[in-house]
Amino acid sequence: MWSPVFFGEATLVSQPVAQEKIKKAPTSVPDRLFSSLSQASAATILLLLSGVAFFLTVVGWSGIFGDIEGMSGSDNFVEYVGPLVFGTVYAATLALLIATPLAFAVALFISHYAPRRLAQTLGYVVDLLAAIPSVVFGIWGITVVAPLLSKNVYPWANDNLSFIPFFSGTASTSGRTMLTAGMVLAMMILPIITAISREVFLQTPRLHEEASLALGATKWEMIRQAVIPYGRSGVISGAMLGLGRALGETMAVAIILSPSDGYFWSILTNQNSNTIASNIALKFPEAYGLDVNRLIATGLVLFLLSFGVNMLARRVANSGFSGAAG
Amino acid sequence: MTATMSPPQSQVSSLTTGKMHRAIPFAICAFSIAVGVVGVYSIGGFKWGWMAIVAAHLYLLLVTIASRVIEDRRQATDRAMRTVMTIAFTTVTIPLISVFWKVIAEGASRFDRKFFTGSMRITPEDMLAQMEGAAVGGALHAMAGTLIITAIAGIISVPLGLLTAIYLVEYGKGKLAGAVTRMVDVMTGIPSIVAGLFAYALFELFLGPGTRSGLSGGVALSLLMTPVVVRSSEEMLRLVPNELREASLALGVAKWRTILKVVLPTAIAGILTGITLAVARVIGETAPLLVTAGVAQDINLNPFSGRMTTLPVFSYYEYVQPGVPPETGIARAWGAALMLVMIVAVLFTAARIMSHVLKPKGLK
Amino acid sequence: MTANSEIDMPAQTAGTTHSEETSVEPVIAVNNLNIYYDKFLAVRDVTMEIASRSITALIGPSGCGKSTFLRSLNRMHEVIPKAHVDGVVQLNGENIYRPDVDPVTVRRRIGMVFQRPNPFPTMSIYENVLAGMRLNANRLSKPDADEIVERSLTGANLWGEVKDRLDNPGSSLSGGQQQRLCIARAIAVEPEVLLMDEPCSALDPISTMAIEALMEQLKDQFTIVIVTHNMQQAARVSQRTAFFNIDGPGQPGHIVEMDLTEKMFSNPQEKATSDYVTGRFG
Repeated sequence: MWSPVFFGEATLVSQPVAQEKIKKAPTSVPDRLFSSLSQASAATILLLLSGVAFFLTVVGWSGIFGDIEGMSGSDNFVEYVGPLVFGTVYAATLALLIATPLAFAVALFISHYAPRRLAQTLGYVVDLLAAIPSVVFGIWGITVVAPLLSKNVYPWANDNLSFIPFFSGTASTSGRTMLTAGMVLAMMILPIITAISREVFLQTPRLHEEASLALGATKWEMIRQAVIPYGRSGVISGAMLGLGRALGETMAVAIILSPSDGYFWSILTNQNSNTIASNIALKFPEAYGLDVNRLIATGLVLFLLSFGVNMLARRVANSGFSGAAG
Repeated sequence: MTATMSPPQSQVSSLTTGKMHRAIPFAICAFSIAVGVVGVYSIGGFKWGWMAIVAAHLYLLLVTIASRVIEDRRQATDRAMRTVMTIAFTTVTIPLISVFWKVIAEGASRFDRKFFTGSMRITPEDMLAQMEGAAVGGALHAMAGTLIITAIAGIISVPLGLLTAIYLVEYGKGKLAGAVTRMVDVMTGIPSIVAGLFAYALFELFLGPGTRSGLSGGVALSLLMTPVVVRSSEEMLRLVPNELREASLALGVAKWRTILKVVLPTAIAGILTGITLAVARVIGETAPLLVTAGVAQDINLNPFSGRMTTLPVFSYYEYVQPGVPPETGIARAWGAALMLVMIVAVLFTAARIMSHVLKPKGLK
Repeated sequence: MTANSEIDMPAQTAGTTHSEETSVEPVIAVNNLNIYYDKFLAVRDVTMEIASRSITALIGPSGCGKSTFLRSLNRMHEVIPKAHVDGVVQLNGENIYRPDVDPVTVRRRIGMVFQRPNPFPTMSIYENVLAGMRLNANRLSKPDADEIVERSLTGANLWGEVKDRLDNPGSSLSGGQQQRLCIARAIAVEPEVLLMDEPCSALDPISTMAIEALMEQLKDQFTIVIVTHNMQQAARVSQRTAFFNIDGPGQPGHIVEMDLTEKMFSNPQEKATSDYVTGRFG
């Protein structure tokens, strides 16, 4: 079907090439040019990435080791970034804990329980959810989720569960808490985990599913015997990808969370440790001088953090796959 | 050789171990809802959320017990898990619907002409009118900014990404290819704000601190866009069957020509789809633009100097700094949010349609 | 509840069945079975009986519906969406297609071995054998489990080869061994009938011989129905053979003739049968 396209080209090209083949070198100039061009592009990618680490370090250096007098506040860098790292990991972990079981169940529902046609639409909608900008989630979170939770859940939890450190303190009336942020973050990373899990579940070999069914397994037993073992490492790597996304998520947290300086464990109050990304978003536009460098240095810390999680995810995805032994 | 096996017992049990009548789950569902509604209402009033939670748990419990009694343990487990999956799925659709609903309901209030044709350079008369509650100001500058900055990001990342993908698939076999593939994986995980900081740092080193420009924003976005372009193009190029390449080379067509005239056209549908999805991904990015392009009130068409607002940044600032009275600012924020969601939805649907329509027959 | 004795078969619209055996109750009795994929009729009007403790072979050209028919015997056919049947299949007198029968219960009593060996890759050999048992039994004590594993693997002629490496993954075995593992897994739950869908077609000749020898031993305890495209195999292993045919593309498959194997291969009644077994088509 493509023959008219390239046969036409080829018949024009083949004659002169056939005659010149004896004289010319195997790779012609345009060939080498093109290959160098594409090679250069690939190398640029490498450059870009090392560039990120390099530039962030260079500019952030003075933020870490520079004169503290020139910066707002009196903490050294470690004191400054410590609570931020805590907040980042806290919020992301909370989101992961909420999102992963839900994503697992939704992915199983779409791949094995929903009727075929509905399943396709559902997959599409879940993917669309992943593309919604975070600022939209942030505004939705603070206008819908925060009031809802602060009216219905926080007072109840505060009254009944305050013996647990997570639920202690005075419940927020505005809802701008770590729990709200965590739940909205969970909504944002749910599509990624769901999409990857769904893919893996759909790829379970028919043969193994049938082996299970032929032994007289119910649907759930078949899923437990054939689908889940096969998809386990896929779900985990999806979860780690979601974790990476949650670590770097900025706007939703910046809009929803009411930040304070320090380490805060309670998820119900208005006092919360901020995340690195949200802190940068809030402070950067008005920052000047060494404060800017310090913020960039925290960005470097975030970069290393998410880099580490990414590497871990890759390691798990590659080594954990026990389904392809045969 | 074969040990003596006991002959299979003739099962006395019938094939029907008892089956639950089809109407029973519905009955239990109605009952649970009733209990949920009445129970929660009598304690605390019309709390829909709690009612739903109580009803769902009650249903799960009752239907499992019923199945256990009427059918058997294994069926009960099967039914219970099916219920759990369905409840989880329904739970997820609620916030999903809520997001769309809220955005459409709130954003529609500002879908007027002034929103699409004006910027935030507001005259004093407009200021007064706004105090009275009139809808004032628009998003034209943000729309222009989004267009320009996304275009810059595209101009950088599409050739870069496509050529890299071509290198990885058609040329690269050695260490460079391996390193690049790993790096692209890492790039997909860069937090967006870090990409913004990188662009800022880059421009600061060369042009001094405090530089804000549309170009800087475009560079930041391209860092986020490129890995998506590379990955999806790579996948599409790999789908092109080797037989096509070999047929072309066997006719004496040079390799670069083969790529340009045979491989690329075959894969173009998928590549375009990937690019569309990459654009959809970056068009909603706020954080990197906060630190690079900043925010402005006016229309700025020059990407090389001066701050430039984009839709997501506009929406953010209008929400957190709405001015007086705050409702007008918040309305603008929602309007911009709705515009964004619509753009993303359109891009997404376009990508889907493209991948179906442009696909050459006979390929996957 | 007793099925018809083999002499009083109801009249069929197509296909002839003969037998000279005295009334041994058939394990499976099929009556006017029509198999559909949604609206498409794949196999039409099958009536036949499977005798107990014997091997029945189903042969025929590809596409004639023999695999579809086999899968309808343990309701595996329904795994495909919108697939259904019309007619009766009786297992020891009970119709497995009665509306209130759960396919799961049918499959606990009729086991299946597939064309490509499919041990669960994430389970060890030991666990693979027990996979079906674990679904049924509440708690299997270690001595009981060990005994079942040894019994089933011995029954599948595999015990000697794997008894020292029961914890290795099921997929670490060769093709022929994997298939015997699948057979062990199937017989561990002691089904009444064992269905085999071209069990040797993915195996080398040596493994095939091993499986055929195994089938010869298994038939003393189990009723076996095997689909095979290999006529010589059918002639070697089975006591009775049923020949399926298809009239043309898009037409439903149907059973042409069923009889003792020697008779089917030496002196069949239908011309189509003799054409097929002499290799004139197929």
